[in-house]
Amino acid sequence: MTAAVLALMALGLSLVFGVMRVVNVAHGEFFMLGAVTAWAISHFVPGHPAVGFAAAFVGAPLVVGAVALGAERLVLRRLGHDPEATIVATIGLLFILQQLALTFFGPDARPVQAPFTYRVVFPWFGYSGYKLFVVAAAVALLVGAWFVLTRTKLGLVMRATQFDRETAQAFGIPVDTVYAAVFAVGAMLAAVAAVLIVPIQQAHYLMGLDPLLLSFIVVIIGGLGSLKGTMVAAVVIGLSDGVISVFFTPTLAKILGTLLVALVLVVKPGGLYGTAPR
Amino acid sequence: MSRAVLLHVGVIALLFALQFVLSDYHHLTLTRVMILSVYAIGFNVLFGYTGLLSLGHALFFATGLYAAGLSATYWGFTAPTAFAAGIAAGLAVSLLIGAVALRTTGVAFMIVTLMFAQAGHLATLYFGDITRGDEGIVLPEASRKFAMLGATVDLADAGLRFNLALVLLAVTIGVSLLIVKRPIGRVLIAIRENEPRTLMLGFDSFRTKLFAVVVSGTISAAAGAATALAFGYVGSTFASIQYSIYPLLWTLLGGAATVLGPVLGTLVMFHLVDLASGYTTASLLVVGVVLVLLVLFFPKGILGTVRARWLPWLP
Repeated sequence: MTAAVLALMALGLSLVFGVMRVVNVAHGEFFMLGAVTAWAISHFVPGHPAVGFAAAFVGAPLVVGAVALGAERLVLRRLGHDPEATIVATIGLLFILQQLALTFFGPDARPVQAPFTYRVVFPWFGYSGYKLFVVAAAVALLVGAWFVLTRTKLGLVMRATQFDRETAQAFGIPVDTVYAAVFAVGAMLAAVAAVLIVPIQQAHYLMGLDPLLLSFIVVIIGGLGSLKGTMVAAVVIGLSDGVISVFFTPTLAKILGTLLVALVLVVKPGGLYGTAPR
Repeated sequence: MSRAVLLHVGVIALLFALQFVLSDYHHLTLTRVMILSVYAIGFNVLFGYTGLLSLGHALFFATGLYAAGLSATYWGFTAPTAFAAGIAAGLAVSLLIGAVALRTTGVAFMIVTLMFAQAGHLATLYFGDITRGDEGIVLPEASRKFAMLGATVDLADAGLRFNLALVLLAVTIGVSLLIVKRPIGRVLIAIRENEPRTLMLGFDSFRTKLFAVVVSGTISAAAGAATALAFGYVGSTFASIQYSIYPLLWTLLGGAATVLGPVLGTLVMFHLVDLASGYTTASLLVVGVVLVLLVLFFPKGILGTVRARWLPWLP
């Protein structure tokens, strides 16, 4: 389950890095914003929890996407997508979003009710129906993203921009629009991941950092900008995260994971699957 | 003496004079600003002059902080020895991290340093039995007192602490100025501007960059050790990502690649946060907004702009 949600989030980060060649440090805060918005929407929509959840599932990504679009228009575009300046700017964005969440949402962790609490019971063990739903939804979204990227004109435009920005522009592709759309879609993927996870893990204003580092790990192991690698790495890391935690305490597992990734990046700057960035 | 040296001596003399007119509150704030601007100067050696953006300087700062704090707490080191321990640890750690991280360039370098610093932060939490994690340790009173020239020096004394911080700042400004004025400083700037060409000219760019990381990391560790000893507290917050971002913010604001920029940036930022705290408790919001505005509209910072417009000789 971690693997499925992680894959969604990492896909967003990888998409932004792949197409725009910038690292979005605020990606974790888009995740947090998605969770918080989901809480707000489901809190104010009356009726059955499923109605609130459905509203959040549609609403939260739209809100986050709009915020990301605004950030891209107002800040990133003016920087000309220079890698260093963009990192500094997204760090600023990280602090702004985090502090606004603290101010308006408060320091408490708040739960969102799951849309249903059906329990799948096998003869030998039971399993939460919602968790299975999360996996199914994440896989469906991943397949959808995969289809869009590889089989549609839209995906072709994105890949062309990724491959060679100037030639793409010369062929009449509106590169600026593609960038804005990619940045928004990347943020929306994080938000969807957050909405899916929030009935299991509560919404909290500091919840963005850990997923951000995990997605960094996934994207780096998978190869910077390689979407196939990202998905494979997300599944491997999501599954192994549970396995490692069995042998070590969570903090030690995080330390080891972080160090390992740093070393991977040192030995193979392009990541395990990817080609070195040009 | 050249006008550049005169200017810096003048700034230090001004800071010395300020202690006689400031209120107690501003006196303490300025002490803090001076120690943290040492950290910013260290960061600037790497970021401003060499053009390497490290997102993990909190690792070096925390190394100095913990080396001084823990050796004072557990081994009974007094302040001078603990300070030396902090610097030695900073030297060793920056040499190791530099040798590994410098194998990457560009965005990968930023992420690798960020990852190392995060591992360091987690380590301070993991060894919570020793470091007491977020709660931190208050240093024993005795370790902050030591005998020098027959007199007892107590770091809890505000006036003394101010002047020791000033000495540290003066030495750091001196070191920074020395590096910039010497040929090695020119090579650092050459690497920032065009590394392949510097390599072609026969300079060993890896060793020069390693030198920059070590100088930068060691100065940062000295600032960390000074923070631990001057204020008698060490805690995990000092190893967190925020403390990697602060020196970047201060340096950008004051002007990257100017010797006095980081000092001015730290001072202005402290003042800004102070002003803002009158209206809101959200100090990080100010940090975020200032960062975004700086990269958008003011990439050269205060002294960088002054140098470009009026004073081309400013080092």
